Amino acid sequence: MSKKVLLNSKEIEIILHRLACQLIENHNDFSNTALIGLQPRGSFLAKRLASILTNDYHVKNIPLGLLDITFYRDDFRRRDEPLEATDTQIDFLIENKNVVLIDDVLFSGRSVRAGLTAIQSYGRPKNIELLVLIDRRFSRHLPIQPNYKGRQVDAIDKEKVIVHWKESHTKDGIYLENK
Amino acid sequence: MKQLSVEHLLGIKYLNKNDIDLIFETANHFKEVINRPIKKVPSLRDITIANLFFENSTRTKLSFELAEKRLSSDIINFSASQSSLKKGETLIDTVNNILAMKVDIVVMRHPNVGAGVFLSKHIDAKIINAGDGTHEHPTQALLDSYSIKEKLGSIKGKKIVIVGDVLHSRVALSNIFALKLQGAEVKVCGPTTLIPKHIESLGVKVETNIQKALEWCDVANVLRVQHERMDVKYFPSTREYTQLFGINNEILDNLGKKITIMHPGPINRGVEITSEVADSNQSIILNQVENGVAVRMAVIYLLAQQIKR
Repeated sequence: MSKKVLLNSKEIEIILHRLACQLIENHNDFSNTALIGLQPRGSFLAKRLASILTNDYHVKNIPLGLLDITFYRDDFRRRDEPLEATDTQIDFLIENKNVVLIDDVLFSGRSVRAGLTAIQSYGRPKNIELLVLIDRRFSRHLPIQPNYKGRQVDAIDKEKVIVHWKESHTKDGIYLENK
Repeated sequence: MKQLSVEHLLGIKYLNKNDIDLIFETANHFKEVINRPIKKVPSLRDITIANLFFENSTRTKLSFELAEKRLSSDIINFSASQSSLKKGETLIDTVNNILAMKVDIVVMRHPNVGAGVFLSKHIDAKIINAGDGTHEHPTQALLDSYSIKEKLGSIKGKKIVIVGDVLHSRVALSNIFALKLQGAEVKVCGPTTLIPKHIESLGVKVETNIQKALEWCDVANVLRVQHERMDVKYFPSTREYTQLFGINNEILDNLGKKITIMHPGPINRGVEITSEVADSNQSIILNQVENGVAVRMAVIYLLAQQIKR
């Protein structure tokens, strides 16, 4: 099993700042925008982006929610391992808001599909955008493309993209693992 | 990853502590779901559930039905009063006919003890016991424990008294199993005629004085006097029962502490509990009903997870 570094912590930092600036470009002061991280792994990215926007770019009061999609997945009972739910924390309505769904790796697009269904339980958003850190091209099962992407990766099926965050691991890093 | 250790929910007796923790954890997520603007998830779209009620029920049936609908499953309902049972059909025949309609999960209430266990041995579907005679009512005990945990933070070490008709109560037996499993201290209190012999063997203590029982406890789970199951007189009159075991504001005010009052419903207002107590802020009776939906969603979801196509 080999492991290759795709992005180191410095590169991730630069990319996160670029994504934050792109969000500001489209959403100005975020007065009608909500960031929604897809649980569990998208939440690290969503929280990090929100803190960069607040601390480095002085955007105030960004609504940040975390959305669990377990009950909306289409592979319930089709996996060998049972699915485990995580918390949903959305304490605002998204009716008529611009929603940015955030996840770390875009692979088949099925999680995002589940997220699109799940988010409707909180109202009818004005529009929904997708932000991902890693976009794995050529692996999509569904017609879903990101509006913002950190880095595009051409990985073959037996390779796996591993994302480490300093919040859950010791340091930031993105690796390509050969299974 | 976590999964229930059982294939059916026939009684609390068959569960272990991890199962209960898993059900509560999952119920937390569903409680959040049922408080959303749109209270529905699509998880069980391809699952069909039969609700077989061979005995009358209002809230359990409604609660199961709502839980099933919130999970997007298809439902068929059956009540004994309108069925072919009256024409002499056996339980297995009735159920097999229903299963021929490709049902995945059966929720059953039956007047006979062990009906769920019997069925689980003969048919190929997940069985959820919604009450079998005077034996067990596992989802009620789970939602009771869940409600206590929600109110008091934990169950371990808490003192719970079950008041009333323990002899005829499936809620009492399931509650005793569930509470003991989670480390609570349990007492039962009622007329000696309504306390089963040898109940101490389940690790509970018996108290016949309601005042003492309430002074001891953190939570009182008050049971309904089940007139319909009493073929002989167990106490001289309802009025005497109310005087000796009825819970009213006067008793509660003299305790010097606030205890939590629960009741599985339906309430005989003015018999085992007065209206003021039932509607007071010490009572969590309506929380029990809300939690019932979340807990039943969790049980159904976790059992459905084991079904492979």
